[in-house]
Amino acid sequence: MAANSTKKRPVGKMLVMGLISLALYALLLARQDEVNSMFGKGGWYAFLPIITAFVFSFVHGSFTGDFWTVLGVEAARKKKEVK
Amino acid sequence: MHDIATSFINLDAITILYLFGVGFVGGLVSGFIGSGGAFVLTPGMMSLGVPGLMAVASNMCHKFPKALVGAMKRFKYGQVDVKLGIVLGVSAEAGVLYGAGIQEKIKAAFGDAGSNLYVSVAFVVILATVGGFVLLDAWKTYKSGNANTEEKAGKLARWIQSVNIPGTMVYFKSINARVSVLFTIPLGFATGMMAATIAVGGFVGVPAMIYVLGAPSLMASATELVIAFVMGLGGSLKYAMHGMVDIRLAMIILAGSLFGIQLGAIGTTYVKPFMIKVVMGVIMVIVLFSRGLMVPVYLAQLGLIDKLGDGTVGLLKTSSFAIMIFALLLGAFIVLRAMWQGRKAERLQHAAGALEHGEV
Repeated sequence: MAANSTKKRPVGKMLVMGLISLALYALLLARQDEVNSMFGKGGWYAFLPIITAFVFSFVHGSFTGDFWTVLGVEAARKKKEVK
Repeated sequence: MHDIATSFINLDAITILYLFGVGFVGGLVSGFIGSGGAFVLTPGMMSLGVPGLMAVASNMCHKFPKALVGAMKRFKYGQVDVKLGIVLGVSAEAGVLYGAGIQEKIKAAFGDAGSNLYVSVAFVVILATVGGFVLLDAWKTYKSGNANTEEKAGKLARWIQSVNIPGTMVYFKSINARVSVLFTIPLGFATGMMAATIAVGGFVGVPAMIYVLGAPSLMASATELVIAFVMGLGGSLKYAMHGMVDIRLAMIILAGSLFGIQLGAIGTTYVKPFMIKVVMGVIMVIVLFSRGLMVPVYLAQLGLIDKLGDGTVGLLKTSSFAIMIFALLLGAFIVLRAMWQGRKAERLQHAAGALEHGEV
């Protein structure tokens, strides 16, 4: 119990990933016309939205995961191992 | 496809907040039951002026990265059967292609109204039978007082697990038994077909894993995220090759849904397994009414019943969309409430334990 309550929360990592995520979104919206015309070309350009989705999910997924941890919203301590 | 660039809508702050919010609620429900959100997101985007196909494509392009994050989170909790997810996901991909082909044929033969009628009738029939069954089962579990006991495979699942077809048997850890892929392939195919038709394959996939294969609810809903990832990735690539994905819409929805899916996944560790069935059943039954309201509109457009007045059509459309939003919000409320109660019970338990051991 004591170990749990004093467990270090990933504030630094959350902030770094949060800032990178914010920068990615700012870039996407600031350059939306260029992005739309390039991503809308189809063919081999199809990989651009797919790669973008993976990059955003990695960065923003890491941020949102840490966000809830920092707020203290974590999984139940007794894991529900379901067979 | 040539005028696709002109199809990109202008984004303002309200549109961004709206997409973020719907993404969050959809993500919360998906993290919990394995799917959901698409039935609100796609019409929601269309109401902003996004062309239908682009709305479907953009929704799909937010779905696969969301499902990936959710699956990874729930994998940590020991709830994901990766092998079952991939086996079903690959056959679901084939189902998506077949389902999309059927849609195109119906559209060519009967136009937009025919296609919409087909989708709505599929929605009503499937949600009524499967949703009703899921909800009834959850109610029975609740009334029987067995909500805390481990779920057992039903009669059908036990029979399927007992069938031995040499050369086709595969062991799945979620079922803890060997099952013939000759059973899993049609299930995956049906899931994909439903995903292509009603946009929510999980409404078929999750109940199929529970009742036909005998997987526990928590594992079925978590494994559905793997299926959604496989299906979503393939589908997004297909649409992106035609330049149909609006990456801005997809990523804004993703921004909200990644907050939601993490929370929904955490929620599953606090609740009793039958709550998965409760949330899924409740959403399915409410959405059924939403789609049911639209059936007369399409019947009138096809000339099968008398023409409806513009006011009536508008009222039915608005009510239908409002009911869908209500279904999603109610699902999210049940998830949050169950999670809140689970956390409270855990805190009380720990406090009692600490008192017992003289730690306080």
